[in-house]
Amino acid sequence: MGKMGCSRMEKQMLPFVDGRLKVSEQREVEAHLAGCAACRVRVNEFRAVSGLLDELPQIEPSGAFDARVRARVAAEPVKQSWWAVFAPSPRAAFAASLLLLATIWIGSRPGNVNINNNAASNGTAAQSAIDPNDLPVLENYDILANFEPLEDLPQPVQGDDSDEVDGNQAM
Amino acid sequence: MARSDVQLMLDVKAGDEQSFALLLQRYRSPLVNFLYRMVRNREQAEDLAQEVFIRVYRARADYVPSAKFTTWLFRIATNLALNSLRDTRHQRMEISLDAPVTGDAEDGDERTLDVADKHPDIEQHLVEETRKAMIKHAIDKLPEKQRAAVLLHKYQELDYGEIAKILSCSESALKSLLFRAYENLRVELAPLVAKG
Repeated sequence: MGKMGCSRMEKQMLPFVDGRLKVSEQREVEAHLAGCAACRVRVNEFRAVSGLLDELPQIEPSGAFDARVRARVAAEPVKQSWWAVFAPSPRAAFAASLLLLATIWIGSRPGNVNINNNAASNGTAAQSAIDPNDLPVLENYDILANFEPLEDLPQPVQGDDSDEVDGNQAM
Repeated sequence: MARSDVQLMLDVKAGDEQSFALLLQRYRSPLVNFLYRMVRNREQAEDLAQEVFIRVYRARADYVPSAKFTTWLFRIATNLALNSLRDTRHQRMEISLDAPVTGDAEDGDERTLDVADKHPDIEQHLVEETRKAMIKHAIDKLPEKQRAAVLLHKYQELDYGEIAKILSCSESALKSLLFRAYENLRVELAPLVAKG
């Protein structure tokens, strides 16, 4: 560590007077002061100035100070977070809940289920709605039923559409 | 055990108004004194101190304890004081700081600690009042940034790092600033320093 000069002492002088230097820095300053009368005088003067500043009296805030701050705080608008922009008001939330319940109720009515089911199985429903007598091929149903080449074919397996077959047969 | 400033501020952030009242109680006097020494007017100092507390309250939702609470608090106060001094500079130009020291008109509201009762000797009382007026006058004459540095260092006892952050300068620059401030004070208070 090099020997401290007077210029470097400038930054260390007040911390030295305050006693805020590290031990190593304090020793360095003390070593400089031991050989520098000018800096010794300056340190003593700074100590005197610091002592004079202690003499200045403190003031007390006026009695109404706290009340004024509290009044201003009370007058502050309630601060909402950024996310609060998206938060619904209670009235809007209630209205949205009612709308949701109404939608669920309407959606769960039996008639609507049939409508939906009919829509889903549109092809089958359309077929069942056609009068078989309107179909030319069915006009000759007796011919088809007695068509000899068909007798050699294996009997159809009874599956899921057995009801439909039965229904057709019943007609 | 007393809650730390940071803890109090976090409680304020969580909605505890009582913690804000504790911060107000803790810092009302230091802030008013600091601002009074900065702007040299008691009423203005109280208005500015109120503004500091309101700004702290407004910022509660965004508060993050990234620095000491006092650094944040006095940074707000210092900025408000410097802005206020800038805004009223033209008014203050009319009141010369070089006017002779005849006691302090504004110190009429300072606490005088019943000096007259303790020192029946009127002459002694006058000597003490003149001494205080000289000290105050010397502080008032400091350039604004030097004055802020001295007040934060001497009366608020903040460490160098904190004051440097408040004044937005390096710690090294702050030490130079304080050295120059003490040099000015030493010259201004030379009659008292010599006696001391």
